Amino acid sequence: MGALFSFVVVILLILIAYVGVAAVGMQSIFGTVVPYAAVLIFIVGVVYRVIKWGKSPVPFPITTTGGQQKSLPWIKQAKLDNPSGSAGVIGRMALEILLFRSLFRNSKSELRDGRLAYGSAKWLWLAAIAFHWSFLIVLLRHIRLFATPIPSFVSLLENLDGFLQIGAPRLYLTGVILLLAVTYLLLRRFYVPQVRYISLASDYFPVFLIVAIASTGILMRYFFKVDIVSVKELAMGLVSFNPTIPAGIGSIFYIHVFLVSILFAYFPFSKLMHAGGVYLSPTRNLANNSRAVRHVNPWDYPVKVHTYDEYENEFREKMINAGIPVEHSPAITPEEEEKLTEPTDDAEIPVGKE
Amino acid sequence: MAKLPKPEQLSKVEYKLPGKRWMNTPVEFKEGMYCNGTRPDYLETVDFPNPRKWAPSDEDWKLPENWKEIVLNGMKERLEKYRSFRLFMDICVRCGACADKCQFYLGTGDPKNMPVLRAELMRSVYRRYFTASGKMLGKLAGGRELTLDVLKEWWYYFYQCSECRRCSVFCPYGIDQAEITMIGREILNLLGLNTDWIAGPVANCYMKGNHLGLEPHTIKSNFEFMVDDIEEITGIKVEPSFNRKGAEILFVAPSGDMFGDPGTFTCMGYMMLFHELGLDYTWSTFASEGGNFGSFTSMEMGKRLNYKIYAEAKRLGVKWIIGGECGHMWRVVNQYMDTWNGPADFLEVPVSPITGTRFENAKSTKMVHIAEFTADLIKHGKLKLDPSRNDHLKVTFHDSCNTSRGMGILDEPRYIIKNVCNHFYEMPEDTIREKTFCCGSGSGLNAAENMELRMRGGFPRANAVKYVQQTHGVNMLANICAIDRAALPTLMNYWVPGVDVAGLHELVGNALVMKGEKERTQDLRLEDLPEKEGAENV
Repeated sequence: MGALFSFVVVILLILIAYVGVAAVGMQSIFGTVVPYAAVLIFIVGVVYRVIKWGKSPVPFPITTTGGQQKSLPWIKQAKLDNPSGSAGVIGRMALEILLFRSLFRNSKSELRDGRLAYGSAKWLWLAAIAFHWSFLIVLLRHIRLFATPIPSFVSLLENLDGFLQIGAPRLYLTGVILLLAVTYLLLRRFYVPQVRYISLASDYFPVFLIVAIASTGILMRYFFKVDIVSVKELAMGLVSFNPTIPAGIGSIFYIHVFLVSILFAYFPFSKLMHAGGVYLSPTRNLANNSRAVRHVNPWDYPVKVHTYDEYENEFREKMINAGIPVEHSPAITPEEEEKLTEPTDDAEIPVGKE
Repeated sequence: MAKLPKPEQLSKVEYKLPGKRWMNTPVEFKEGMYCNGTRPDYLETVDFPNPRKWAPSDEDWKLPENWKEIVLNGMKERLEKYRSFRLFMDICVRCGACADKCQFYLGTGDPKNMPVLRAELMRSVYRRYFTASGKMLGKLAGGRELTLDVLKEWWYYFYQCSECRRCSVFCPYGIDQAEITMIGREILNLLGLNTDWIAGPVANCYMKGNHLGLEPHTIKSNFEFMVDDIEEITGIKVEPSFNRKGAEILFVAPSGDMFGDPGTFTCMGYMMLFHELGLDYTWSTFASEGGNFGSFTSMEMGKRLNYKIYAEAKRLGVKWIIGGECGHMWRVVNQYMDTWNGPADFLEVPVSPITGTRFENAKSTKMVHIAEFTADLIKHGKLKLDPSRNDHLKVTFHDSCNTSRGMGILDEPRYIIKNVCNHFYEMPEDTIREKTFCCGSGSGLNAAENMELRMRGGFPRANAVKYVQQTHGVNMLANICAIDRAALPTLMNYWVPGVDVAGLHELVGNALVMKGEKERTQDLRLEDLPEKEGAENV
């Protein structure tokens, strides 16, 4: 249901853009207003979300340790999986963000004849890393449309990406990898029963959207061959805040731009925010040094405790009979008794909020 | 009590998924899979809300009228207090990498035991009440009304999670179901929805200093039995002291080690080691618990129980603290104690009086794990060891969840085992160290009435033990956790008969050659040591 719904929504979005441009002629809406609005929502939304996370406290150092701790000097510490300082944490986060270290650990379990066996399972990792990196490169390649002269690193990326020298315009590998990887991720949601069972509409929607974005991009470049000069003119108009709508750009371009705009606008409100959240994850970005360096809880408050004196009052006689030393002699006067039951300094504020 | 099915039946786990979507599948309370509800007096002892008699199978849970408001306010408060909670509610992409990493899913096949879905039980409510899209689109955005059924589902599944953090190792964003379970339980406790097995130890520990509710004189007499046994085995009378002011070191162990096999054998090992070293240390009857069932209840309750350790260290005027073998105790010591009840500036940075080693890694908490302490002794050649006294044992080591994934004490115990035992075999790589499986009874699940859950949750662990039993003849499962020592014997009896369970320092005690001891003919269990092969051949 979630899948069908998301699919229909993406089709509708495509139709809206197509009708809007081809039938109603709202090129200026789809070519300027929508992208501006989307980028604005994206920036404000992402900043808002990240600030909201960033401002929420981290009361306890809850690192998930993935290897040997730092203890005795002759025991080899797993510096990246169980970091004890900033360098280790930076290394761990870099591995996590650039190479998806944790996902690389993935395994698959199987129950056969009452026995569990575990095997390697790297396809999810491979698809995920192929998807994210190719998406990034595709995104960076688009800079050529928004900058004159074209930055040299963009040209370099293009040369690497198109090294196969196939076709005209020449084929960029990342576009194909992106589409393949995202298709794998989609099919996985359909065919792995557990994953299908947990999937929500909000899991299918971005996948369908990205499939559509990649497809329209590929169609536009290799098949419909949109007039690239006009496209650049439009893009340059956008970044220079001097928007123009050159005539003669095919509808497919506007569909592509509209879908990308939807993705941008949807991003801050969705799980896609994992892109920002991963940096802040307290199980990953804290050092496991909480026995060496005290971690402070900003909202710590005093709690009600049961003090030693209260304990001794209850068990004094039994303790004396068992030969366990006590603080106060047994022949205690009523006044002393009263004094003892009063909160002492040691009790550290016995009344706390619940 | 529900009858426990036979292992052959239980090992046929069905991973089939219901046809209906999970949000439309109401929770079904299956006997043997959950613990009893809390007795009111336990809650009264620690001033927790809504004490009353209730049973989870009751239709009416006798909740306050405004329970929904309490839950939503509880969520709101915690979303503001814990970045972890808010983030883990927001960023899951439901990739499913965690699904088959959970021993409770592997053992039950119940999809709501997949960590991702256990989290979604709460996330769906979060989306409905705390996100714009959920408020507007409801179900379409994955939102779900908070109903009594949903609340019951939380209770059922948050008490089928042992807070082991295995999922969090595999999650690409480090989402930790333990954190969600802990916060979920904290919220349930706002309505008096704890289990008897957790609330009882909490109340005991609060009033008497330990989970078992041992009173000071009982602790002492239990020790006398152990002291006698040590004397029978070694001819040496060890003299533990209690609540002794001016000792250099306070030793805090889980109370499980003071009462009941095989924990007591571990406790004997501690005492023999300390005696042999001539260590100036004391036990405390007030801080007689290293473990912390409070941490299975709420952060505040965890802090209230943990308070005793530093308070007692201060009162007795010790210099530093050694902690015994216990799993969740060490998650608390490593990640919570200093924050809760520190700074312990009245203590000194721990320095081993035997080797002079300064424990820099514990310079703020001032608390050293006994495995760190002992490994250091062995490395410096300060212990005379005869590993052949453990030759009747073929040992494997079970890493406890908390010490592995909330601390990382992995190689210290292994180093010790290799020095005190001649036969040590690792279980398969996917089941040890940071990937270790839970005993199935952690986080307060080690009751009797939920035995089927425990055997199911412990299935992956038992399965790996069975593997080394069959390939190497392993007959001893060593560990550094009191809940393991309490729970694993039952698990082994059920799945892998013939494998016993021992704490690390029981093995140390067996191998430790003490000054002036008599020739040992028995191990710490008072079982005869097999004659040594070498002697036979002479």
